[in-house]
Amino acid sequence: MTGREATIQAAFTGVLGSFSLDVEFEAPMRGITALFGPSGCGKTTVLRCMAGLQRLAGKLTVGDEIWQDDAQQIFRKPHERPIGYVFQEASLFPHLSVLKNLRYGARRAEKQGVELAIKETEIVELLGIGHLLDRAPLALSGGERQRVAVGRALLSQPRLLLMDEPLSALDRMTKDEILPYFEALHEHLSIPIVYVSHDIAEVERLADTLVLLDRGRVLASGPLFELEADPSLPLLRAPDAAMTLEGRIASVDETYALTVFAVPGGTLIVPGLQGEVGSLRRLRISAADVSFTLVRPQGTTILNCLPARILSVTGQENGGAQVNIVAALGEDGAGARIAARITRKSQDALGLAAGSAVFAQIKSVALLASGSGHAVERLGKLQQRSINSGSVAE
Amino acid sequence: MPDFTELWSPIRLTLELATITTILLLMIGTPIAWWLARSQATWKEAVATVVALPLVLPPTVLGFYLLIALGPNGPVGWLASLGGGRTLAFSFEGLVIGSVLFSMPFVVQPIRNAFEAFGDRPLEVAATLRASPWDRFWTVAIPLARPGFMTGAVLGFAHTVGEFGVVLMIGGNIPGETKVLSIAIFDYVETLQWTKAHILAGGMLVFSFIVILAMMLLEKRIGRPGT
Repeated sequence: MTGREATIQAAFTGVLGSFSLDVEFEAPMRGITALFGPSGCGKTTVLRCMAGLQRLAGKLTVGDEIWQDDAQQIFRKPHERPIGYVFQEASLFPHLSVLKNLRYGARRAEKQGVELAIKETEIVELLGIGHLLDRAPLALSGGERQRVAVGRALLSQPRLLLMDEPLSALDRMTKDEILPYFEALHEHLSIPIVYVSHDIAEVERLADTLVLLDRGRVLASGPLFELEADPSLPLLRAPDAAMTLEGRIASVDETYALTVFAVPGGTLIVPGLQGEVGSLRRLRISAADVSFTLVRPQGTTILNCLPARILSVTGQENGGAQVNIVAALGEDGAGARIAARITRKSQDALGLAAGSAVFAQIKSVALLASGSGHAVERLGKLQQRSINSGSVAE
Repeated sequence: MPDFTELWSPIRLTLELATITTILLLMIGTPIAWWLARSQATWKEAVATVVALPLVLPPTVLGFYLLIALGPNGPVGWLASLGGGRTLAFSFEGLVIGSVLFSMPFVVQPIRNAFEAFGDRPLEVAATLRASPWDRFWTVAIPLARPGFMTGAVLGFAHTVGEFGVVLMIGGNIPGETKVLSIAIFDYVETLQWTKAHILAGGMLVFSFIVILAMMLLEKRIGRPGT
């Protein structure tokens, strides 16, 4: 052992028609890594190369296994790679029942002497597809099909799960219905997932690590929280810029039905009873919901008002109306980062610059999803609720 | 009362010929159809054209060339002589060879279309689920192309039953060896045995109707979701 944590290292270069791809990135062997970028930036190509479905010059190592290395003339064909691949459309085999679809990869894994560590019963329960097993894929709804496709991929006992915009073919309601299942997988399984998406909302909910792609190049890669706060990246400049942060439930105020989350550098109050003390949740703060004051505000209706220190101010050089500010919570500026979009006039008036000590007023904090640990428990509740009310809205 | 037992010989011969031809066509036509559907080669359409030629060529043209090829001086006849045979012209084996070539497009085209219809995706899915190329072919491609195989088999069988020109050219009219139904009907009409011609022709009509109807119903049932 080198002591260094095992990672996925990928590098691919090639020309596809008029499009040139040259990417290199490293992702951890755990959690969800999102390949994020606009349509046509090459993210699906990268994923296909990782699966071996497409071959470009390059190198790919997954943990201690080399899957492609042109220098050593190694190229493992897709069926020789322990991957699960979830396509944009569920692509279930129409001639097989749901159960036979689920077992297609599992049977082959078993024949190849792979230990069936991911159990059928477990996956069926986790994805809530037990009542569908005898059905034909054509008789399923879009969301159900995609859940079966995910289950089928997982039961082939992958070491790496690749998902190519698995929700993009679904409507908003179906997406909201499926996301909790994905979050449950995220928590329940230790397989690393590489997830292609062009929808920042999905990324905010699911991703731990982000690889930001644009026109066939990697703009940046690293933990989601860090990239969101990087003023040199387009995330912060996007109209719907936001910061995600992990919070642990510190206390619950039953009188007012509020939940207090401890986040690095402070506490945040979120409406509603959001779970048990000690559990982790992922929170989202939109840049449009954050404002700053120089003194602690008095007599305000805003509950969340925390000392913070400004890290960067960007966007003022273009003469636009608004600037982007990234601040870190806590008087020492060592806590979680938040972003704010304020007018250049206010920034000038308050003299806000990197290093300024301020109070951040946060108008609203959204609970994205379970951060970790309690997704499965939450999933169980969701299922119960959906039985009771026919709705899984959070 | 005329003797109708002689009618059985051309019927049995025709069914034998069509069955053997269809089986051979499925065995030979499937790899050709697969290659035509999957290959990136630019010249594959030239191969497709050769396969499709019998659609356009008068059967007598094909029959003429086959006669030369199968005869004692032809390449196939020469091969047959190596195996101790004489000539393949005017033999059942010759008829099989002729029928296979003549009915090839009717089998290859629907199977190729079926292979092309489902695209690359199901095969890619299978590949990511640990299935080798051979495994993918048998467990995904063949089942998904089943309607194409059914259509191909029915068309190949029916077309072989109905062929006349090629058989006449290379098979002649040897009872029990090359005298198939269509030749027999022609023969009976020529010799003014109208009753026998009626029985065979009417029988063909009913048989064809039943076979095609059965296949259509079967296909409909298979295509229905939930089966």
